[in-house]
Amino acid sequence: MSSATGRVVGKRAEDGERASAAPRGQRTRSGYPRYVAGKLAGAVVSLFAVLVTSFFLFRLIPGDPVKFMTGGRPVSAEQLAVYKEEFGLDLPLWEQFTDYCVKALTGDLGTSYQFHAPVVDKITEALPNTLLLTGTAFVLYTALGAFLGTRSAWRHGGPGDRLNTGLALTLYSIPSFWLGLLLIIVLSVGVDPIPGLFPTGGMESGREEGFAHVLDVAHHLVLPVVTLVAVEYGQTLLVTRSALLDEMGSDYLTTARAKGLRDDLVRRRHAVPNALLPTVTLVFVNLGRTVAGVILVETVFSWPGLGGLFYQALSVPDLPLVQGLFFVFAAAVILMNTLADLLYPMLDPRVGR
Amino acid sequence: MSAETTEPPVKPGEPGARALARRRRRASVARFWREYRRHRAGVFGLAALVLFVLVALTAPLTVGSDVDSVTDAPGKPLESPSGRFPLGTDQFGRSLLGLLVWGSRVSLLVGLLAAALSVLIGALIGITAGHFRGWYATVMMRITDWFLVMPTLVLAIVLATVLSRSLGTIVLAIGVTTWPTTARLVRAQTLAVESRPYIERAKALGGGHWHIMSRHVLPNVMPLILAQTTLIISSAILAEATLAFLGLGDPMVVSWGGLLQDAREAGSVSSGDWWYLVPPGIGIAAVALAFTLCGRAVEAVLNPRLGVSR
Repeated sequence: MSSATGRVVGKRAEDGERASAAPRGQRTRSGYPRYVAGKLAGAVVSLFAVLVTSFFLFRLIPGDPVKFMTGGRPVSAEQLAVYKEEFGLDLPLWEQFTDYCVKALTGDLGTSYQFHAPVVDKITEALPNTLLLTGTAFVLYTALGAFLGTRSAWRHGGPGDRLNTGLALTLYSIPSFWLGLLLIIVLSVGVDPIPGLFPTGGMESGREEGFAHVLDVAHHLVLPVVTLVAVEYGQTLLVTRSALLDEMGSDYLTTARAKGLRDDLVRRRHAVPNALLPTVTLVFVNLGRTVAGVILVETVFSWPGLGGLFYQALSVPDLPLVQGLFFVFAAAVILMNTLADLLYPMLDPRVGR
Repeated sequence: MSAETTEPPVKPGEPGARALARRRRRASVARFWREYRRHRAGVFGLAALVLFVLVALTAPLTVGSDVDSVTDAPGKPLESPSGRFPLGTDQFGRSLLGLLVWGSRVSLLVGLLAAALSVLIGALIGITAGHFRGWYATVMMRITDWFLVMPTLVLAIVLATVLSRSLGTIVLAIGVTTWPTTARLVRAQTLAVESRPYIERAKALGGGHWHIMSRHVLPNVMPLILAQTTLIISSAILAEATLAFLGLGDPMVVSWGGLLQDAREAGSVSSGDWWYLVPPGIGIAAVALAFTLCGRAVEAVLNPRLGVSR
């Protein structure tokens, strides 16, 4: 588990992690299956940790949770009792906890206070939309970041490199919701010479069937995806760049050049595969983070996904829904970290042997 | 303290041990500054920061503290930019330029406090977990891992939702969720420092835990903590703006994120009132970028192998 999470903090901490793990050096006996089992067990422990956190986090609310839920509206004593029983608040704390765990494991995350529907239903309804948005954005920003990062490192110090890093750092500092709002003003509402090119929000205009429907969704997808790509590609670029820069001085590159390989081949066949390692971990960690970062973009573009749902739940606040979504977001991050860990030994044979 | 009693008597005309240490410290600061100056982006970021801090500190003199008063607002609601209101007015008729300047105070303050809290927790846990091995370190690192797997923003949002609306809550929510990275970095560095021979020497001379941690480990991890702090401030400012935009900030306080939320609620997106939306966003991005540039320059000076910003 410690190495799984060490990745999250990126390259520097990982160096430290490796340094502190080096003297142990007893991994020689265990093969890949054992490594996988260890990582999966770590993921399960993490998921349980999330479950515990989400249970106790929502017990932090000062005062009576039922009063908080009813938002200070006058509620009769019978209604209060019904609420208490419905949320199991009349039971002792540990019973509430075991109840909560058992229910969560059987796929019951409670009833949304706002929609009067099971939380699980609301989540499964919104999940495909979020996956569509984040998936598209993820593929694009990873490709863009890796491509620009490679070029930047190969010609480091040059004008192209400086422009690339500068732009990436600037976009990385921009709040995503602000960028989204600006894009809506310029490209959806339209500033005088430019007419509104894209819809202001939502996922579909309705009516269309078949291929027209696909086009319509794609049309709605453009602005949210552009926003996500703009704020997220910078990190991939910077990590790819610094990973490649680390390899730049290596002797094997000099050898490859001395063999007479063209510059392009030296880069593609020799330098990039070695620099891929830190990038791949970051890519997965990023994907987990994007799921959380999508909250703002979906809110701004009224995209009917998990993030938009989270915002709706927050403004009530609809605690069972917030709690359920918190679990889903955290689970997404854990899932991605675990995937990165499982992929790691395939890229670097030194890991997990 | 035992070190002082065993010190050789200071000869007249020669600097004492304290003066020597002070001189050495000054020399290393000067060396750091010489290196730092060579990173143009870092110097640019630092200059921008000084400017922002000056604007924020002098705000009571330049715009006055009654700029956020809703009752006696000087203009009509949602005026376009004009000579009197260079950035227009908000839905209450308050001058947006004044609000922008006033809002910088909250954004900077919350960013600094949250980063300070985060780095304080991270450094404390990192150093102690690196120094005291055994069960203490194991427990602390497990707790760190626990926080590390939580998506930071989501956890901060949830904390800000369940606690009462105030600036303190925002600082707490950001500080409590961002420290694990620092803890891991500091612990790794502490382990590296403690394996060096001079720590063994200090122990042999009778140096206690506190002495070793505060006099030997801390000065060595300080540069790392410094670089980490500047980077965390920039993400803390972004996080503050995000929380305020989601309506989780203190509704009585003017901040850049809060201004953006007000702008959205006033319908400035659909009516195309860009002058309401653009300036606060530029403010957030500029401050965050300035801190990031400084942080990267500090990092590059301290660890040239990283090869950033060159």
